[in-house]
Order: sequence, then C-alpha cells, then structure tokens
Amino acid sequence: MKKLLVTTTALVGFAFGAQAQQITVMSWGGAYAESQIEAYHKPFTAQTGITVVSVDADNPAVPVEAQVKAGNVSIDVADVEYPDAVRLCDEGMIEPIDHSILPPAPDGTPATEDFLPGTLLDCAVATITFSTIFAYDASKFPEGPTAIADFFDLQKFPGKRGMGKRPRANLEMALMADGVPAAEVYDVLSTPEGVDRAFAKLDTIKSDIIWWEAGAQPPQLLADGEVAMTTAYNGRIFNAAIAENKPFTVVWDGQIQEYDLWVIPKGAPNMEAAMEFVKFSTGTQPLADQAKYIAYGPARSSSSALIGVFKDGKTEMLPHMPTNPDNMKNALSSNFEFWADRNKELEERFNAWLAAN
Amino acid sequence: MAEAIAQAGGGLRTADGRPLGEALAQAQSRARRRAFLLVAPLLLFVLFSFVVPIGQLLVSAFSDDDFARNAPALGAWFEANPRGTPIDEGAYAALAADLKAAKENRTAGQMGERINYEVSGARSLFTSTARNADKFEPPYRESILAARAEWDNPRLWESMRQASSSVTPNFFLAAVDLRRSETGGIERAPEEVRVYQMLFVRTFALSALITVLCLVLGYPIAHLLATLPLRYSNLLMIFVLLPFWTSLLVRTTSWIVLLQSEGVLNDMLVGLGVIGDDGRIRMIYNQTGTIVAMTHILLPFMVLPLYSVMRPIPPSYVRAARSLGATSWTAFRRIYVPQTMPGVAAGGLLVFILAVGYYITPALVGGATGQLISNLIAFHFENSNWSMAAALASLLLVAVLILYWLYDRLIGIDNLKLG
Repeated sequence: MKKLLVTTTALVGFAFGAQAQQITVMSWGGAYAESQIEAYHKPFTAQTGITVVSVDADNPAVPVEAQVKAGNVSIDVADVEYPDAVRLCDEGMIEPIDHSILPPAPDGTPATEDFLPGTLLDCAVATITFSTIFAYDASKFPEGPTAIADFFDLQKFPGKRGMGKRPRANLEMALMADGVPAAEVYDVLSTPEGVDRAFAKLDTIKSDIIWWEAGAQPPQLLADGEVAMTTAYNGRIFNAAIAENKPFTVVWDGQIQEYDLWVIPKGAPNMEAAMEFVKFSTGTQPLADQAKYIAYGPARSSSSALIGVFKDGKTEMLPHMPTNPDNMKNALSSNFEFWADRNKELEERFNAWLAAN
Repeated sequence: MAEAIAQAGGGLRTADGRPLGEALAQAQSRARRRAFLLVAPLLLFVLFSFVVPIGQLLVSAFSDDDFARNAPALGAWFEANPRGTPIDEGAYAALAADLKAAKENRTAGQMGERINYEVSGARSLFTSTARNADKFEPPYRESILAARAEWDNPRLWESMRQASSSVTPNFFLAAVDLRRSETGGIERAPEEVRVYQMLFVRTFALSALITVLCLVLGYPIAHLLATLPLRYSNLLMIFVLLPFWTSLLVRTTSWIVLLQSEGVLNDMLVGLGVIGDDGRIRMIYNQTGTIVAMTHILLPFMVLPLYSVMRPIPPSYVRAARSLGATSWTAFRRIYVPQTMPGVAAGGLLVFILAVGYYITPALVGGATGQLISNLIAFHFENSNWSMAAALASLLLVAVLILYWLYDRLIGIDNLKLG
C-alpha cells in the first residue's frame, strides 16, 4: 500500500546544481499527501532547490519509531498525529524544534502567538487540524443519517459500516453514540467501566464492520458500495465528493478534531534541510495554500483569514472545514494526553476484541 | 576406511617412500577440505541469514533493557533489597535520582513504556513525574507521593523490580495470555486482553483445514495431470503454474474483486435471482476470505509434489489389481494411494508450514476474524514492541518444530518426496 511518490518537479537552481540536496518527507498518502506536495513540497523545491521525496505510510509515527529504534533513519520529516508527537518526544525519538525559528505572520505577529493554542510542541509543529467524521452515500440514504447515534443504528440505516482499525476515535464515537455528551467522553473513557461501555457499543455493530487501515480506503469502500457509511478523515471525503463528484455526505455530528504535526526523527539524515522545510511549510502562505487542495484547517490564525476557494475555483472551503461553526455543534477535541498514555494498552484490548469471534 | 587400508597395507609404500595408508589419508583429507571450502559460502550464508537472526530473535524475546538501562539507581536498590522489603525512603530516593536523569536524557517515556506493558497508566506516571523531577527533595517518599499518589502501588513496584533486570520471561508469559501477579507469581491475563492462545489455536486449525482443502482439490488435478498424455498435461500444467508465477498481491486482490459484497460472485448470484440484492453474502473480510484465498494461493504447493510422485507410477499396478478381481475403488485405495503417500506427505507439510506463517493474505482479506498469529507478530513489530513480537515468533517456531518432529515420528521424513 505504501506507494512511493516522487516529486519530479525539482527546479534545481543553477547555483544549487552541484550539490542538489534531497529530503524525504513521510505522510499519509492519497489526497492529503497530494495537498502537501502542491502546497509545501513544490514551492519549497522552487525556492531552495532541495528536492522533496514524498513517501507514504498508514501511520508515519510507526516507521519513525521503528527506524529510530533500529538506528537506521531514512525519514527527514514526518507527519504524525498529536498523541504520537507527544509520545515520541517523551521517548526522545524526535528532535526538539526551536519555536523562534518559525516564520512570523505577515503582520509581524510572532509564530508563538500566531499558531493556535497548543499546536506548538517541544518537538513538533502543527500544520493542519482535521477531523474524524462519518460519511454516507447519499444515493443509498436520501433521508440520510444526521447524528452519530445513527451510525450505530442498523435498524434505521441498514448496511455495512467502515471503521478505522484502531481504537482511537472509534471508542469516543461509540460513547457519544451511546449518549455521552462530548464534554464528558474522556472522563467516562478514563474509567474501566467507560472502556467496557465503548466496546459494548461497538459490539452492537461488530459483525457489520469492515475495517480500514489507510486513510485513502474509506472513500474507496464507499465508492465500491462495500459499506453504506464509514468513518473517515473529513478531507478525504471532501476530495471524493467535490473533486471526484461522488454523492458522499459528511455528518459533522460527533466529529473528533485532531492535529497533524511535523516532526523530525532523531538522527534524520538531512537535519538542516529538514529544519528548513519545517520552517518554510509552516509559514502563513503555504499553510493557507494547503486549504486549496483539501478541507483541513490551517494551524495558524493568520492563514485562516486567507482561506478561499478550492482548486476548482468555485467551491468555498470554509463550510467544509472542521472548525466552521456550523460543523462544531457537537464536536469533540481529541484528548492527546489520554491517547499518548493509553493508546498502546487500548490497542492491545482492541486487538483482542477484534480477533475474538 | 583409510585406517583399514593403512593397517592392511602396512608394508606398501608410495614412490617417495611414505606408507601408502598415510598418503591416502592425507589425500582424502585434502579432498574433504576442498569440498568443505566449496560449501563454505553456503554455510556462511545460512549462518548469517538464518542462524544468527533466529538466535537474535530468541535473545530479544527474553530481554528488554529499556527500563534497566535507564534506571541504574533503582536497579541497585532492588538488588540490595530482596522481594518483600517494604518500599522505603531509599527506594524513593533511587526513583528520584533515576527520574532526574530521565528528565535530562528524555528517557522517561521509554522507561514508562516498558512498565506500561504490565501496569496501565505507568507511562503517564513516569513522564509527568519526570517533568517535575528537579523539584523533589528529601524526604523523597513524601515528595514524590505528594506529586503523584499512584506511585504507592505494589504492582507497579513489582513490575519495576522485574524490569530492572533486562532478562525476563514476561514476554513469553504474555504470549500465552499469562502475566505476573502483584507478588511475582504467575496468573492468567484479564479476560478482555486474552487473545494469543485463541489465535495460536486458530492459526493451526485454519492451516490444517487449508491443507486438507488443498489435498482434496489438488489430488484429482495432480492425478489428471499425471495420467494425461504429455502434450495435454503440459498445457494443463501451465494453468497450475500461471497463478503460481503471479504475484501474491495480485492473486489476493483479485479475490477481493471476486468475493466482495459488490463483487463478481455476488453480482452473479443476485443476477440469477439466487439471493436478493440486500441478501448479499459476506465472503471476504472474514475467515471465509482467508480460507478461500489461502487455499487458492497454496494449491500449487500441493499439486506439484503430488504430480511429481504420481507421474512415474506405472499404470500396470492398478491394472494388475483390477485383473486380480479388485474393484476400481479397492485398486485405487490399496494400490494407487499408498504409492502417492510420499507426495501427499510432502505437499501436506509444505502447505501446512507455509500456511502457519502466512501474513499478507489474511491481512488483506481476513478482516477481523480471519487474522492469524502472524498478523499480531507484525502488529508488535510495527509498534516497536520487538520483544513481544520475538516471543510470539519463537513460540510459533517451536510449535512448528514440534509438529515436524511428530510428523517425522508418525509418517517418517524419509517418506517425503518433493519432486
């Protein structure tokens, strides 16, 4: 599944011709990696002459950890989720990033104030906020599901369900569907009874779930008619619906917001160029540009003001952003502390639950 | 033999006057050395690509020094104070010292992670306590417990005691759904995380089933191939070999196309009116998917050894049996089948051992219930819990070796004919 995308548009400047440099950036593939190539990689190469090789993984935090542990690092920059960034930083697997090197906003606001609260970590810089939502095929359900509870309602909305093959987001959605208000989800999930309750709710649809592993899979499952609805990253559904004209509708109720962040693995082969890349791509303009290609919100306030239309030139991006007030009526912010601590343990339980008949 | 010649021909000498036996022994040992040199590259290759990695695997299944390496002070305290000693000020002082060092080296996460395998929540306890490690002052016990009361947990300390030695059987225990209790004894893991015993059983049961299916499907094919005239059988052989030469991934994904609920087979059944549009059968992303795809993929490993054994069997034996009054069934059962046993044994062993370690096919088409133990080994490798992966892999290796031994005892490895 891990396909290699090589950006071939290296406009290698004359001056750099002799020592053409190259960095490897690992991301999540599909429409998301595409948006990064357009908004970050290509302009970066044009400006610095450093070629950017984009490689994909189902979750880049996994190869980063494995490579650092094995002492054989080939990734220069990786795009990881918040809890993984916190965990990798705690374990000394990624490099600290000095926030003062990050470019200020065009009006001079320093980066530390311009970035949304909590999006600058000791070893990571956020680029986008995305959300895990569920989406359905509108041609199958004209009177579509509107609430997260509908996802778990096989009577009212029969058909297979697609879900990510990991506990994160699934457990929260299960609890919200079970009637837990968004504000209390993590309080409930912190208790053993709460975890039991979430798994019990998942049990009610377990035999109808098809599990996906890569972010590019859920739109495919929907398009194939293999599932009637699926959880997904909102940008992937947006891309299928708008760019590929698929009849997919996003249900924002019970959405779970998270961040994606750049990290630099310890021992990255091109450390300096990697830092340059992080610096460049987290500038106001590149972050705003990315929203032209995918419906993920930029992590800088100064970029939010610049969000306009999709690359097709007519679709307004704001209504498709997870942070749009209309979409925020019942939204949950993923609790990174909870997942940094409990992910491995809940993954074990999830595996056991999954494998049991 | 050289000695025998040397004794018998004690009087004989070569042209240069040496005893003949001695000269012969020397020449033979030279030939042996030369032969050894010829196979030496292969031996080295096997050593470095097989023996050494498996040795490393076994070693890493027993050891994990993420905690021990980063907690020298605690290690010393545990050494000086045997199990049962109350956790006193000295222990907390050691903890404070180690956490302080962990803060500087950013290793608290690693330490916590190792303990977290056994005590949930330990990871955050380590990282959050280490963040304030500079502020701890004597008496450390009060100071640390004031920061996080969770440190006063006997299970946590027992787990740290075990982790302070880098050699541990705990991964093997975990690999069979056991764990250490608070007092250091062994108990079963909580029910909701038990998975490995069931998966081992499932892996072997499914592999056995797949082997039987391959035999049932492969035997007639091989028989047909072996009895047809060569020009037809060669053509048919291509049909066996073509999928064999096709990439594993391609074959697996084509099964997805065929079997998925909007796939070819379901569409056909709906079109024929056998099933309704909402009654589409789920044939993939479950155990059925794993069984179907793996049977197909492993079938050539059954057909080829069977064919190579059946081909040279002279048809005259069965004819003789028939002419002596045996029914065709009796002649087949008592004359033909026993002659094909070496092929059945070889094909069965090949298919079974390949199936036990299969990974990519169950990962792609197995959904949740069609996963095998190899998928969990891959999961642990991916998540950098190498010791756990190694422990599971070693158990799998041992299980296969035991089966192989049993097989040798029951059927005899000499009866195996691969072609």
